[in-house]
Amino acid sequence: MSKKRSKTEPAPASGLSRAQRIIFAFVALLALLGLGETVYLTAMHLAGAHITCVTAANCSEVLSSRWASIGGVPLASLGAVGYFLVFSFALLAALQYRRAFLLLAITVTGMFLGTLWLLYLQAFVLKTFCDYCLFSAALVFLLAGLLVAMPPSAERRA
Amino acid sequence: MKRLLPFLVILLVAGLAVGGGYWLYQAKSENVFAPIPGEKASANPGAQPPHFRGPGRAPVVLEEFADLQCPPCAGLAGLLKKVQAQYPEDVRIVFRHFPLAMHNHAVEAARAAEAAGAQGKFWEMTGLMFENQSAWSKESKVTEIFEGYASQLGLDLGKFRADRERQEMLARVGLDNQRGISMGVKATPTLFINNQRVPQQHINEASLKTAINNVLEGKDPFPAS
Repeated sequence: MSKKRSKTEPAPASGLSRAQRIIFAFVALLALLGLGETVYLTAMHLAGAHITCVTAANCSEVLSSRWASIGGVPLASLGAVGYFLVFSFALLAALQYRRAFLLLAITVTGMFLGTLWLLYLQAFVLKTFCDYCLFSAALVFLLAGLLVAMPPSAERRA
Repeated sequence: MKRLLPFLVILLVAGLAVGGGYWLYQAKSENVFAPIPGEKASANPGAQPPHFRGPGRAPVVLEEFADLQCPPCAGLAGLLKKVQAQYPEDVRIVFRHFPLAMHNHAVEAARAAEAAGAQGKFWEMTGLMFENQSAWSKESKVTEIFEGYASQLGLDLGKFRADRERQEMLARVGLDNQRGISMGVKATPTLFINNQRVPQQHINEASLKTAINNVLEGKDPFPAS
């Protein structure tokens, strides 16, 4: 009797290339950076603490604007969830779990679109930028770039 | 076990993110100034955030209106510091500027204290000013004396000088003053406990501790005897 493989079980080792492994590791690392930043912003937002900006003078103007939360939920916390998912899916994809790469791609695409919207708000509605938001935007662009640059594996090609 | 390892790593990261976030939230909310209990709608809010020591959410707030050149204010500053040290979790001390026209250096002292505050040394600067009040009060020019205190505290002197001249600093002093007027302050020092004026005869260590204990027990700070 043949044993059926569960959905979360790793696929047979068709083997990831060295480049793919490095990219997944880099994606996971970037996601951890983003997670740290967004957890910090969420905690500061909930505590009502003043956020000191590194370069931009009007950072807190952005972070305390009406766009900084949706229905009382800090936007940064949604970012934290996004980065956490990216980290998890990158780790699982590196271990060749089925669908992990697809879920990773969907999450990063969502974050990429969200980032474009936030950049638009900063540039044209608030007319000021915040360091933390730009750092997060750079991370998301890097994540998207890495996934686009990912060489297709034999399994995904099939 | 090997199959579970990635999920354990994911769980660990989730735990660290939630735990770290919670720790940060707790640490930061300590430094955020929560509204003073019993705040009246008619009262001007004063400079925001005010200078305070003690936990930002401490239930008992001792708010002093002081003039840095007034001798009794120097005495009260020491007393409040001592009292707050005895209630490190329950009492916060708020300082409000109320410079009096009769004191020729009061506004300049307030601006210098605000400039020191911009570098995180407000209490250290006012401490030095009160300690040496009898010396600088008699001088005709105090600018260099205050700069000397700034150097003593290790402040960036260039920034201190620039901040001292900023309108924002003077505006903070003015806002504190307006708050005092809106609360009926006419002289210094005037002290409030949770927005209730402390009668002059109760401005001593024993009476203040009794008043604090009363507030902590949910009673009136000065029940009619």
